[in-house]
Amino acid sequence: MAINWFKYAAPATFYGLAGKMIPYFAWPAAILFAAGIYIGFFVAPTDAVQSEAYRIIFIHVPVSILSMFIYLVMAGYAALGLIFNTRLSSMMATALAPTGALFAFVALWTGALWGKPMWGAWWVWDARLTSELILLFLYLGFIALQASIDDPRRADRAGALLAIVGSVNVPIIYFSVKWWNTLHQGSTIKFSDTSMHIAMKQALFVMLAACWLYVIAVTLVRVRSIILERERNTQWVSELEEIRAGEQL
Amino acid sequence: MNQLSLFGLLGLVIRRDLLLAMRRRADVLTTLVFFVMVVSLFPLGVGPEPEMLRKMAAGVVWVAALLASMLSLARMFSADYLDGTLEQMLLVPQSLSVLVLGKIVAHWMLSGLPLVLMAPVLGLQFGMSFQGLWVLVIVLLLGTPVLSMIGAIGAALTLGLRGGGVLVSLLVLPLCIPVLIFGTGAVDAVNTGMSITPHVALLGAMFLLALVFSPWVTAQALRISME
Amino acid sequence: MNWAEFFAMKGYGLYVWGSYGMVLSVFVIEIMLVRHKRKITLQQLRLMRDAGDSQ
Repeated sequence: MAINWFKYAAPATFYGLAGKMIPYFAWPAAILFAAGIYIGFFVAPTDAVQSEAYRIIFIHVPVSILSMFIYLVMAGYAALGLIFNTRLSSMMATALAPTGALFAFVALWTGALWGKPMWGAWWVWDARLTSELILLFLYLGFIALQASIDDPRRADRAGALLAIVGSVNVPIIYFSVKWWNTLHQGSTIKFSDTSMHIAMKQALFVMLAACWLYVIAVTLVRVRSIILERERNTQWVSELEEIRAGEQL
Repeated sequence: MNQLSLFGLLGLVIRRDLLLAMRRRADVLTTLVFFVMVVSLFPLGVGPEPEMLRKMAAGVVWVAALLASMLSLARMFSADYLDGTLEQMLLVPQSLSVLVLGKIVAHWMLSGLPLVLMAPVLGLQFGMSFQGLWVLVIVLLLGTPVLSMIGAIGAALTLGLRGGGVLVSLLVLPLCIPVLIFGTGAVDAVNTGMSITPHVALLGAMFLLALVFSPWVTAQALRISME
Repeated sequence: MNWAEFFAMKGYGLYVWGSYGMVLSVFVIEIMLVRHKRKITLQQLRLMRDAGDSQ
């Protein structure tokens, strides 16, 4: 596709494009959520070992995977912004952070609620849950750092450095925690047989896709606000329909 | 100044920082006192039962060391930042990374090293065995420099920001967790009769990794903060 | 379809619905926050423009 991608690296152009794209992510996300929940609750059978509680995985697993994926994408955008000095890349990183943090929180919450019936405790210091907690701290650190720097360019670049250092550290942290946990007798997650029922896999996949589309939609809305704020002194912003016409949304 | 070799620069920076710190001895002492106080708080909080204290000793000492290091991090660059020296440092013809390494070494000598020396005394308070104490000193010796090196990145990123010490801690503590895990793991290993080699090897690896990357990353962070 | 049984989830209802409920709340709150931020940003930009016009 011979699209001039660099055109969309300009905040002005991307603003319009993002606005048009949002419905194409939001609606499919909603539909896929509905489909995923249907398959997860009405098609997938009851697990012999974990009974009905296992159905939490249809939201816990996608959310956990995405919380890690978002961090890497965020760090990637931040790195692009740092290396190529593109403002929009940094804005995307800033836009992704809150969603990532929320997903990490939800991963912890659902993980705890799954852990309680399974292993009898709200928190089990399982390697993955503990790494998820540390991931949440990394997100919060990124957000806190950017929030406390007034100059937007310094905020972009400081955040980028922190995000990059964080991503390099994530495998080290995960490995250490995994080692620490096996030493202290961790539990493993078992299903009634080693291969999952096809409907379970389908539900997981659909929910994963739904969450991913949701993240894109929400991030696009957020980044548009960030673009408006950062570019408020430019002409293209003052000429926008939304501001002239007094749009409500 | 142009005739100064890299090692010469390193020595100069370390000597300068140590000299300046000696004029404000209180700063160094407060870190140490904080360390001792935090370690002493734990038995008060959880009870004096000897077996339990022995088990948590390494963890308590390490967490206290982490917290004490975090507290002293802001001092690494703030004084020079406030009086304009840091700006001049960014302009030196020699490598900024070497200069930063010098500051990190000085910082460690003032906040990390006292902790290492104090740790055996505190370990005794917790009834640690002789081998345990010995291993604790070794891992602290390897680990506290890593804390200073990782902390330097945080200190450089948060230069001049409100939120001070707490913000640096929020940024740096998650990154220090592997050091904590293997530092305490080594002491547990020696207490249960297992080999400490893997732990010490990993700590050594982290030390080398930090030594190679941290000064350069910190230098970049300083440039970002000072523009 | 026995709805009472469905909601009980063989005794695990609290955990299952506690999870999905939280996720739903988080999504709803996030969407609300994001839309609110856009509204506020647009309002501020209009104020800026009005202030500029009146000068």
